[in-house]
Amino acid sequence: MKKVTHISISLQKQLNAAAGKMLLNIDFNIEQGKFITIYGNSGAGKTSILRMIAGLLTPDKGRISVNDKIWLDTAKGIRLTPQQRKIGFVFQDYALFPNMTVVENLTFALDKEQEVKIISELIDIMELGELADKKPATLSGGQQQRVALARALVRKPGVLMLDEPLSSLDIDMRSKLQDYIMKVHRAYNLTTILVSHDIGEMIKMSDYIYRLSNGKIIKQGSPQEVLVNSHVNAPIQVVGEIIAIENQETLQVLVGTKVIDIPASKEEIQPLSAGNKILISQKLANPIIQKII
Amino acid sequence: MIDWQPLLLTFKLASVTTILLLVISVPLAYWLAYSTKRIKPIIETLVSMPLVLPPTVLGFYLLVAFSPSNAFGGWLDHWLGIRLIFSFGGLVFASVLYSLPFMVHPIQSGFSNLSANITDASYVLGKSKITTLFKVLLPNIKPALLTGIVLSFAHTIGEFGVVLMIGGSIPGKTKVASVAIYEEVESLNYDAANAYSLVLFAVTFSILLLVYLVNGGYLKKFWK
Repeated sequence: MKKVTHISISLQKQLNAAAGKMLLNIDFNIEQGKFITIYGNSGAGKTSILRMIAGLLTPDKGRISVNDKIWLDTAKGIRLTPQQRKIGFVFQDYALFPNMTVVENLTFALDKEQEVKIISELIDIMELGELADKKPATLSGGQQQRVALARALVRKPGVLMLDEPLSSLDIDMRSKLQDYIMKVHRAYNLTTILVSHDIGEMIKMSDYIYRLSNGKIIKQGSPQEVLVNSHVNAPIQVVGEIIAIENQETLQVLVGTKVIDIPASKEEIQPLSAGNKILISQKLANPIIQKII
Repeated sequence: MIDWQPLLLTFKLASVTTILLLVISVPLAYWLAYSTKRIKPIIETLVSMPLVLPPTVLGFYLLVAFSPSNAFGGWLDHWLGIRLIFSFGGLVFASVLYSLPFMVHPIQSGFSNLSANITDASYVLGKSKITTLFKVLLPNIKPALLTGIVLSFAHTIGEFGVVLMIGGSIPGKTKVASVAIYEEVESLNYDAANAYSLVLFAVTFSILLLVYLVNGGYLKKFWK
């Protein structure tokens, strides 16, 4: 398949981070229809990048082009306003309009002369029918997030940006919403940029990951290439967090909502400590196979 | 029976002042809430001055400024035919200045308390600043708007010093209830003074009570 560059981004900005001044300096291209994740510690400049792409923050120097249309070019003094860049943006705190019901939130997003049809379509896809006439304050976090996602798609943007959209949800809800996000990503052929620090989430959803540290991309590639040092070819992989290490031979690992015990060798355990995120790969050497009734 | 004219004039003055203040204060509070300009602290100070300044000081300077025998007042009189001293127009002008912080402060803190992401979300959805202000921001600060409206109205009713300085006490033109009370007491008409006072007390109590009831959510079950 032909690779089509959809978005080309080059940005520089002096940021006042918690640890002092930091120069954000990034340069990358995103292909059409890809799902990419920007990953890094808080304060690494992730949200600033999204806000600059959306036009909510102005870089000191930079250039952004989308489908060969220039959104920003500081050298030529071009800077489209957020209103002129057609973008879907889901904020960390959802940013729903409290005075409007769910359906009013979506209708507000319609462009002039746009057909109203898209609203009912999105309500169907995101399963918001029963919530349509409720105000955001009466909805749960996960429901609000679905509304925010639907609202971001009303204008049929080519680019969807998600700023840690799932960080305040519990694990079950998160996994459901990841499914919704993947569904709309494919259904609307979106180019999606996710900001996240949840490793499981990245592995599940992204095609490509940029790891950001102190305002610079220090690593990029497929989730496997970026997140683990050596490449293991295994059909089953899960991500977990170490809760405890017992007797130097068993790891207690939190995977999703379950705690499982995993035997490990001394060499494997040596660099690990409680709280580390690990990738567990399972090769199917002697699988136990049972029919499901 | 008391003369109702001063009371009617008081409520007319308070109504006109409140409407003008609302029109002026929304853009001013918006600017104060979102601007990062260096001049902002100075504007904020000026808006808050009437809170601490003796009303007579404001009244005195307005009197001097608007006096037709002085440059500015003369210019107004000559070119625009406006005389602001000892007139209802002058009372309105002075009241707007004097009650400005009571309208601006609640609206400003209303804007500041809204999540900045709400504004950004509206911009990203392609909506202009004006649309965002009227469809998103203002509807979400209704309690602040109500507080501003009621405080300005009540504060204007309670004006005395400024009004007396710039308006004097011309019956039917500038003699408002608070001035009327003062005059009745001076001429030992305690019954009339008491009647005016009771009306002002009852009215201001009622409207302040209404604000606390509405903003405290006590009336929600009745008007849903």
